[in-house]
Amino acid sequence: MEQAGHSVGPVNARLLHFDAPLALKSGAVLDGYDLAYETYGSPNAQRSNAVLVCHALNASHHVAGYYADDPMNTGWWDNMVGPGKPLDTERFFVIGVNNPGSCFGSTGPASINPKTGKPYGSSFPVVTVEDWVDAQARLADALGIRRFAAVMGGSIGAMQALQWAIAYPERIANAVAIAATPKLTAQNIAFNEVARRAITTDPDFHGGDYYGHGVKPKRGLRLARMIGHITYLSDDAMMEKFGRALRGAAPGYHFDVDFEVESYLRHQSDKFAEYFDANTYLLITRALDYYDPAHACGGNLSAALSPARARFLVVSFTSDWRFSPARSREIVKALIDNRLDVSYAEIEAQHGHDAFLLDDPRYHTLVRAWFDNVARDVGADGAAAPSELPGEPILRRAGADSLAGGFAA
Amino acid sequence: MTGEETLALNGRPDFEAIAGWIRPGASVLDLGCGDGLLLKYLREIRLVRGYGVEIDDDNIVACVRNGVNVIQSDLERGLAGFDAESFDYVILSQTLQATRHTEQIVGEMLRVGREGIVTFPNFGYWRLRLQVLGGRMPVSPELPYEWYNTPNLHLCTVRDFESFCRARSIRVLERIVLNDHRRVEFLSNVRGSLAVFRFQRGAT
Repeated sequence: MEQAGHSVGPVNARLLHFDAPLALKSGAVLDGYDLAYETYGSPNAQRSNAVLVCHALNASHHVAGYYADDPMNTGWWDNMVGPGKPLDTERFFVIGVNNPGSCFGSTGPASINPKTGKPYGSSFPVVTVEDWVDAQARLADALGIRRFAAVMGGSIGAMQALQWAIAYPERIANAVAIAATPKLTAQNIAFNEVARRAITTDPDFHGGDYYGHGVKPKRGLRLARMIGHITYLSDDAMMEKFGRALRGAAPGYHFDVDFEVESYLRHQSDKFAEYFDANTYLLITRALDYYDPAHACGGNLSAALSPARARFLVVSFTSDWRFSPARSREIVKALIDNRLDVSYAEIEAQHGHDAFLLDDPRYHTLVRAWFDNVARDVGADGAAAPSELPGEPILRRAGADSLAGGFAA
Repeated sequence: MTGEETLALNGRPDFEAIAGWIRPGASVLDLGCGDGLLLKYLREIRLVRGYGVEIDDDNIVACVRNGVNVIQSDLERGLAGFDAESFDYVILSQTLQATRHTEQIVGEMLRVGREGIVTFPNFGYWRLRLQVLGGRMPVSPELPYEWYNTPNLHLCTVRDFESFCRARSIRVLERIVLNDHRRVEFLSNVRGSLAVFRFQRGAT
């Protein structure tokens, strides 16, 4: 009964330029900017079957499929999005968008500031979840989508889904918030601060303007990734994966890599520091820190959600200690207080925060069942309408290889 | 209603009794909501705004398929996520007998709901009494389990539940005892197989 579905196949990213300045929550303004995006499936005649998938910290617009010239570079939510997959691209027109401030094609600190002819670097403004959602709404305008069938995301992607429901209630029918939190805890912010300090104290950081020095603060970025990675996994999952296994036959009695878990963290962080931009890491963790829609309502999340009209699916994972199930239950309570339609599942999973990216049958069965209803409600029957996509195709790829030399000054 | 739903209701005679009591447009919390069919039924015929509470993974998916709101949570841990008097009705349909912290759960129903509705198999039903007299644990359409595989922990009779309510100043507003979809008025604790109660906090 459970079908795994298959890949959407080779995909192409597009880059769309926006001339109108984006007024940011901080008071700063982002003059013209580019957004990189990908789409899967086709819009129906009414364009009522569009689903926006919002990315988390280190991901991009490359949600599903692969690039013809880089077949190993599969989308970050490829197990969720595709023909016959829980978010079925045979029925839905799925959109992945790279947020401003990122480093995978949309305008970010590594992009050239047209005013100076140099990378923005430290002059790139602090962007927030609210700003991202505003930028995404402009992409929706450009794609002719008045109302999304659903906006979906995990982690900080779930914050964007929540923000869509608050800021654009008439433009979103359903919201799917996975491994979510309505705001970071002090502990969450503390972990982010450790990561940022690792970056900003790296001698190669140069106050954020390292592009002109021909260096990258890789040491700091590696440490940031290591600490982040630990918070995405659970104690049990790490123990199961690595235990106390040593690389050699016996302890080496030195301070170099001796345990398998050390080797894993170093390998992952080395890889990450090659393709990710340190300034983007600062920006995205900061966007996480600042997001707190209840703040403007005296800490009352129910009041903050009062404009929302969307139906919600909220999913948490039992072993997620970063954004624990209790955080998702706060969202659920606020939705119930507003008498909004909401279903909530607490998936028994041992993989911690990262469980939202994994292929758990209970989780995927639930999301599939949810989208079956959405398809019925919005008339996503698979009848595709021919469509022209705005923007230019981009050759620069999102993902591991995309930034090799991508931000040379 | 479709034929399929009518069929499903045939298996749950308490649904109609419950629906008869619910004011149109009311807010309803259904504890141990199973596949969500009661909520679906109440939404269709009483236009309720409803949420189910359920612990089982498969039932969560079944609720989503039935298009009803469901919150995955363990009843036995209370209803901490729900404010006092936030629902018109809190329903416990054929779940009471399978709860462990029965007394606390009824207390939570009356904290969160302005009224509570419970339905349970009447252990005082004469056929069950007869089976016990015959020296065997009873098995019936309402209690289809053997002693070794039953999920039921706290079986009671109509009179037991009434005395439970009296002792806690719970005011019984209405009571229906059913046998095979028919209301039983006379000797209901003996002739009825399924009890349906509506109650609220008594004046204290």
